[in-house]
Amino acid sequence: MSKPSTSTPFWRDKRIIPILLQVVFAVIVVIAGVFLITNALTSLRQIGISFGYDFLGKMASFDIGDKLIEFSSTDSYGKAFIVGILNTIKVAFIGIILATILGFIVGISRLSTNWLARMVATVYVEIFRNTPLLVQIFIWFYAVFLGFPIIEKSLSIFEVFFFSNRGSVIPWFDITSATLVWGILLLIGVVLSYFAWKLRLKQQVETGQKRYPGYFAFGTILLALGIAWLLTLEAPFSISTPEISKRGYIGGYTLSPGFGALLVALVMYTASFIAEIVRGGILAVSKGQVEAAKALGLKSPTILRLVVLPQAIRIIIPPLTNQYLNLIKNSSLAAAVAYQELVGVGITVLSQTGRSIEVISIVILVYLSMSLFTSLLMNIYNKYSQLVER
Amino acid sequence: MKKNLVALLSFLLVFSLVLAGCSEEKAEETKSQLDVIMKRGKLIGGVNADIPGFGYLDSDGSYKGMDIDITKAIAAAVFGDANAVEYRPLSSEERFVAVQTGEVDVLARNTTYTTSRDASVGLAFAPVTFYDGQGMMVHKDSGIKSLKDLEGARISVESGTTTELNLADQMRKLGVSYEPVVFDSQDAAVAAYEEGSVDAYTTDRSGLVSRRSTLSNPDDHIILNDVLSKEPLAPSVKDGDTKWADIVTWTVYALIQAEEYGITQGNVDTFMDSDVPEIRRFLGVEGDLGEQLGLKNDFVVQIIKAVGNYGEVYDRHLGPDTVFDLDRGPNNLWTDGGLMYSPPFR
Repeated sequence: MSKPSTSTPFWRDKRIIPILLQVVFAVIVVIAGVFLITNALTSLRQIGISFGYDFLGKMASFDIGDKLIEFSSTDSYGKAFIVGILNTIKVAFIGIILATILGFIVGISRLSTNWLARMVATVYVEIFRNTPLLVQIFIWFYAVFLGFPIIEKSLSIFEVFFFSNRGSVIPWFDITSATLVWGILLLIGVVLSYFAWKLRLKQQVETGQKRYPGYFAFGTILLALGIAWLLTLEAPFSISTPEISKRGYIGGYTLSPGFGALLVALVMYTASFIAEIVRGGILAVSKGQVEAAKALGLKSPTILRLVVLPQAIRIIIPPLTNQYLNLIKNSSLAAAVAYQELVGVGITVLSQTGRSIEVISIVILVYLSMSLFTSLLMNIYNKYSQLVER
Repeated sequence: MKKNLVALLSFLLVFSLVLAGCSEEKAEETKSQLDVIMKRGKLIGGVNADIPGFGYLDSDGSYKGMDIDITKAIAAAVFGDANAVEYRPLSSEERFVAVQTGEVDVLARNTTYTTSRDASVGLAFAPVTFYDGQGMMVHKDSGIKSLKDLEGARISVESGTTTELNLADQMRKLGVSYEPVVFDSQDAAVAAYEEGSVDAYTTDRSGLVSRRSTLSNPDDHIILNDVLSKEPLAPSVKDGDTKWADIVTWTVYALIQAEEYGITQGNVDTFMDSDVPEIRRFLGVEGDLGEQLGLKNDFVVQIIKAVGNYGEVYDRHLGPDTVFDLDRGPNNLWTDGGLMYSPPFR
């Protein structure tokens, strides 16, 4: 035992081997990386293309249909990318919210005691989970959104919602001068109401008398909105209802068929996975919890809300995050249905400039940062919702 | 955490570069693409698979069209065998990367010859094989008569094309606001147009004529008289390989020159004992023009036997006997008032 190091050669030393293996692996990775980079640069030089991102400042000279900010063909490639990124965020953000809502409803329905609700949810999940997303996008686009009537014969609901194969239009809010004031006061009201609710709840727990925390919170918000009304004497926004004009709609908010097809397909597809995750999470909550709650005389919806879901959430969140990331990445299939998000714009820029490596690196970086940011938010929420051990 | 990040980044780099499709051999190779093709025993041609008349996959599983015949002519020039070709159907976005990386030897896919594609995209263009212009197709009952009537219209277009840029330029010039609807495949763009989801569809005029013939009611659609741009379509190869570029260039010229001499697929043998020195040189009976290019001396004969002269190629795919019946216009020989002109073979 006194001199083991002299008798054991280093390649058999248990303390050195793992380190050695890691070093070897790192060296291989670095060599491969350097080799591929120099190789790519040499090939580019051979055909006379220099590597660089200077093209981002040059004039794009193409137009984009769907856009959240002003963009014209005289703007730069860089701005075109921003328009594309915003379009990706738009579909991902709305998609995640709707998919979560639908997924929870379907997931809970799958465990319902109501035969019809259970069967409908099961059939839905099995169909949407087991067919390729691109096929679903095509079906929504060609069969549903392009299958709507031509604009003159738009389907309408109460003459405010219109559907045609040029796009679907919904009433929308128009910002007025009063919007900002209303917004600020609403925010203050919400914050105050939270404190009011906390305070009354605490008093109720301490004194055992009814202190109506809910009514107080609601009252605080109403009060804030009342002040906003007094200050502005105006409604917070005007509602613009759409009308059909010759080739499009005036007013309202128009969703292009491509965006509509993509959003619906992403929501339906992702929600089917979320439903399974929710079902799994609920089933993982031990039966004794429900039985104990029943023994206390709680009603089923209350059990679900106060006993089952808070515990299920802890199991649901990590796989749910994966689904959010999938939805974000799957939005890149939009190019097939003419919704110009990041990849769509990227493809156009790539073929106009020939800068394939640069464009692809930008696309990768943007998706990477969006995904990492989403995971970060979900991880924070996950930590917050974990069981606090006392 | 830091170690993970480094590993992640290296992996990303590796992956993105693999995507870019650059391999070791290409970096080291200095020989011409011609040697590679000779060794391989067949030509790889990047073509279109869905534009009737130019390049499309026929119902019998074979590729047909003008661009296909140009590819065949090149194969005939190199191997004396027009069928020694492997076709790679490419989308408009894929095509340039395919040439840059050497995935295809030649790109004959109705590609417009432009400065930036020549200079910064890394292509070398052969002579123009078809002079085209961009046009606009609209529904007849829409009442649209010219580009100015397209105010507020939705216009479908294929992504990654010069068409997309010309549309933006022209509409900016006219001050007409419109909404571009950009599809990554031509079939989707046309489907959206036919359903009435968009008001108009724009691409090269030849493409419009060929596309209109595939619609359910061709007579319900009109092609506006406005021409949005010049679209000279030409085959191209990777930049920086003059030897291979020369072969493609002179193959195209051979087609044009043959028409000028009146040499056709049917009568080429009768010209073999012609007394005219230019024709003897052209057909390789005399001189060593073929060898100078790195080919056999009779390469022109092989081309003509394989596909005929330029006029025959045109007529076979776009001429009066086809559904398109496209007027030759600028694609006539220079002797007939067109733009097709070959420098002398000497």
